[in-house]
Amino acid sequence: MTSPTPVATSVTLEGVHKQFGRFAALNGVSLEIAAGELLALLGPSGSGKTTLLRIIAGLEFPDRGEVRFGDQAVTFAHAAERGVGFVFQQYALFKHMTVAKNVAFGLDVKKGPDRPDAKARATRVDELLKLVELDGLGDRYPSQLSGGQRQRVALARALAVAPRILLLDEPFGALDATVRKTLRRELRRLHDATGLTTVFVTHDQEEALDLADRIALLNGGRIEQVGAPATVMDRPASAFVAGFVGQSNALTGEVRGGVFTYLGATLPATDLLDGPATAFVRPDQLAPATVDETGFPVRLQRATPRGPLLWLDAVTPQGQPIELAVARGGAAQLEQGADLRLTIRDAHLFAAG
Amino acid sequence: MSGARRGTTDDPLWARFGLIAIVTAFVGFMLVLPLVAVFAQALAKGVQGSLAALADPDALSAIRLTLVTAAIAVPVNTLIGVCAAWAIAKHDFPAKSVLISLIDLPFSVSPVVAGLAYVLVFGLQGWFGRWLDAHRIKIVFAAPGIVLATVFVTFPFVARELIPLMQAQGRDEEEAAVSLGADGLTTFLRVTAPNIRWGLLYGVLLCNARAMGEFGAVSVVSGHVRGLTDTMPLQVEILYNDYDMVGAFSVAALLCLLAVATLVLKTALERLQPQLSDPIALQKTRLRA
Repeated sequence: MTSPTPVATSVTLEGVHKQFGRFAALNGVSLEIAAGELLALLGPSGSGKTTLLRIIAGLEFPDRGEVRFGDQAVTFAHAAERGVGFVFQQYALFKHMTVAKNVAFGLDVKKGPDRPDAKARATRVDELLKLVELDGLGDRYPSQLSGGQRQRVALARALAVAPRILLLDEPFGALDATVRKTLRRELRRLHDATGLTTVFVTHDQEEALDLADRIALLNGGRIEQVGAPATVMDRPASAFVAGFVGQSNALTGEVRGGVFTYLGATLPATDLLDGPATAFVRPDQLAPATVDETGFPVRLQRATPRGPLLWLDAVTPQGQPIELAVARGGAAQLEQGADLRLTIRDAHLFAAG
Repeated sequence: MSGARRGTTDDPLWARFGLIAIVTAFVGFMLVLPLVAVFAQALAKGVQGSLAALADPDALSAIRLTLVTAAIAVPVNTLIGVCAAWAIAKHDFPAKSVLISLIDLPFSVSPVVAGLAYVLVFGLQGWFGRWLDAHRIKIVFAAPGIVLATVFVTFPFVARELIPLMQAQGRDEEEAAVSLGADGLTTFLRVTAPNIRWGLLYGVLLCNARAMGEFGAVSVVSGHVRGLTDTMPLQVEILYNDYDMVGAFSVAALLCLLAVATLVLKTALERLQPQLSDPIALQKTRLRA
């Protein structure tokens, strides 16, 4: 490619605070994003993840704290000077311009010697459209494209200025499930091809787990945990992470003398003090109890076969819904309305409250 | 749309015809009839008589003053209106709702009050009267006063048209432009302006129609110096009070024609708009050309 090779840069956030009126969107966020990394900002709505992304982009400025790209402080640098590519949730394509004009915009508005000549701009646009697999659609208008195609135009437009960092706000939020999966692969491919530092915001844990090198979990304007997908899944740092990542059942019981008890089911809890505690139990960590195992009672409501697993919806006598997955076959007694006891094989335990 | 098919929202036949009859009768009686009367009266002595009335020096001077006033007031209000809409729609600041209400003030306050207010501020007995007189600047009872009063009365048109439009469009496209390295002016010219052009044009046309037709506020600050500070609406009143029916109605007919021309232009633009903003239709138009 004749295009300028973008140089990936690391991003450092230090003690970033942001207040909107009385609402504290960010409450002292510190985060290191390595050069060339693909990082997901994951959290429920209102957790501050989009605000954080916009602060990195320079579309919002922090009340306190610092933002650095490499060793360069950019906390209050204007968005236009940051060299950041931003893909908006609703794409924000320029409606009155063709696809090619949209992609060329960042090059067209450059000034002086930085501005490539018309031929170089056209070549670059062609390259980018090829990169996002939209070659030949340069003359269309955004209104003539499907959602997935618009998303690709937005990506190409952001990449045109050879940014150091690519930022995406809920990049797949407005797409249907099948397109979403394809574009997810696509983004990974683009990231690997360009080697850019890429940060995307999502509320969909599956998307984050599937796509990102590392995940930063946000809740209430704070970072709860930063780690690789497997780490976040297997070693959640807080009750929030355990509850948000993975489809865990949250069972609130009691710890006494190093043993957690929930409706008769027990689990060793050596590092917790006595008192109320919550066990986050994934569907595959529950199983029908054998005679010599402890267990809690449930009534089965529905059994849905899914691949090699049988997914069971059950409910405790207290009315709490429980979801579990067991291997199919050899479980003849698992039919609707059956009463059984479930044992907790493993769980993430956190003191409640 | 097929006329033959009856939808669930169709009213019964008698209601449909009743509604259409009432509205047509009302519009005919209240709007068309007076309009016809104006032109009939203007042409009472034939086209020649009407043209002669318009060629009168005082009438010509009134026409000139009206056009000059509109030529100043409309651009001023377009510029300020765009600024106000931009500030309100794309930025957050304290007392924003107060500003929005203030923009509506010229719509709700009587134009006579506006005229009087300018007399109080700029008149000889007013706050700046002494200073202005000492510097031989005449505002009230002169053309500047008429322009000021017209600016006041027509201020809301452009801003009112643009604020909801720009609010609905949000800031996304502008933010995208900025993050791609565009400066403020480039962003406005290449992203914002194309998105608001139709609303802007509509606001300008309405603003212009009102600027040429304003009577109340202008009447107070004008002082009615014939051949100097009379605009077309004022001239109509003077001629009418002089029992010069042909003269009065000729000027009135010209005012009507200006208004009708504005509305025709507006309608034409509205018809053009879906075509121009629809890329497929636009491409077809280009291919044909």
